[in-house]
Amino acid sequence: MKIKLDRTKCDGFGFCAKYAPETFDLDEWGYVSLIGAGNVAPEHEDGVRRALLDCPVHAITELHTHAEETAAR
Amino acid sequence: MSLATEVPVLPAVAAYPGVEGRLFRAGGREDLAAYRATGGYAVVEDVERLLDQVDEAGVRGRGGAAFPIARKIRTVRDGRGVPVAVANGEEGEPASVKDRWLLRTRPHLVLDGLRLASLMVGADEVHVYVSDPGSAESVRAAVQELGGAGVWDAQVEVTVVEPTYVAGEETAAVQALNGGPALPTDKPPRPFEEGVKGRPTLVNNVETLANLPLVQRLGATGYRELGTVASTGTFLLTLSGCAATGLYEVPFGVTLTEVLSWLGEDPAQVDGVLMGGYFAGVLGRQVLDASLEYDAIKALHSGLGCGAVGVLSSGTCAVEVSAAVMAYFARENAGQCGSCFNGTAAMSAVLEALRDHRAEAADVERLTDWSVRLRGRGACGTLDGATNVAAAVLREFPDAVTTHLDGTCATCAGNEGQPLSRAPFAVALPAA
Repeated sequence: MKIKLDRTKCDGFGFCAKYAPETFDLDEWGYVSLIGAGNVAPEHEDGVRRALLDCPVHAITELHTHAEETAAR
Repeated sequence: MSLATEVPVLPAVAAYPGVEGRLFRAGGREDLAAYRATGGYAVVEDVERLLDQVDEAGVRGRGGAAFPIARKIRTVRDGRGVPVAVANGEEGEPASVKDRWLLRTRPHLVLDGLRLASLMVGADEVHVYVSDPGSAESVRAAVQELGGAGVWDAQVEVTVVEPTYVAGEETAAVQALNGGPALPTDKPPRPFEEGVKGRPTLVNNVETLANLPLVQRLGATGYRELGTVASTGTFLLTLSGCAATGLYEVPFGVTLTEVLSWLGEDPAQVDGVLMGGYFAGVLGRQVLDASLEYDAIKALHSGLGCGAVGVLSSGTCAVEVSAAVMAYFARENAGQCGSCFNGTAAMSAVLEALRDHRAEAADVERLTDWSVRLRGRGACGTLDGATNVAAAVLREFPDAVTTHLDGTCATCAGNEGQPLSRAPFAVALPAA
């Protein structure tokens, strides 16, 4: 799983760091940045997916490869 | 002293001895006939060969990142979809005037560069993106001159946005050209992958583009006759904070001592500089003998950036300058990323307290911590610039930091509580 984070959208709710602390890092004001480049290890996918679904401002997006997008059509 | 003086209006433009026939041109605005008389808008016989020449010439981006342009062109050309080419002349950097000077004075050199760039990437859509009304007027007149001249028949779209610090960031340019606000967006995608209309987009600083016709005319070897091995050619240096404030074309590799001596300034009176516009922060006296090229300045933990250098003359306090630059970031950031609008405000509060002899050692410790931990936490470069400014003053001027903690800075005594609303080392052009 690969994700991207839009920090211009983040409003500092902090659910992401609660569900997937190994992927999302909060600053001291509660705003998030990704730890790493957005490549999520299989064992962390559930937490990241929960973070993605629960983010109130939809700042987290799952990225699909061009091949995956083409296959899905 | 930079914080107390009026903003100078482009007092001088000149080329360093030995630099001829490149970016600098004496006189007023160059029209199409004058530009063509220098060999401009020359026919491109072999686009691939031209790209190889640009590669061999070693041209690097002049907007601040110094990325090799040939590599960027190849990436955009090989992307998914028909590329778009953008000349970025939105010069949000207060200490720099080079882009506006180029667009106002040599619009055809920039447009010729945009023509060559669009040929090399295979773009079918070209834009010029600016905020300065004088630049827009000059480019529009140049585009009109080109109509029917038979040298380049592309439709050049000129887009004018409000001038802000962040509007010049390439993702802000792309978002504005897509009909949105001129604010940065988070990456990915980067413009070279997915930019204007979702197509691979080559966004180049206008000075970068202005170098492409020079490569076409001089060839890679001729282009490399000035500059150093890794920083080739010349660059436009916006110098401020001294009597010789102005815009100068200098070869990469020259030292600041050589430039100041050429201009009649005394290097002995210089305590350091504000380097690379507002992006790299202050740098101590070791800059005077360093080679002005990307790698040598990087080795000093600083950056040449857009080529703007503010001179800290004796009697200028590096803490006050850094506090004023940080206050600027706290005011002028995009207000989008929480780490940035909180981080710049917090760092600004500490630097202002330090300037005012109110800060304690614990405040400086927090500033040190933020200068490391906030790096990379913004969608655009603003927060990185702010962390550079904080880290630089702590690293380069520890004695000034100590005198401010002790309450004994003679320069700043009596300045406590003064507003930090003036952008230090800002340089302006005459009203259009």
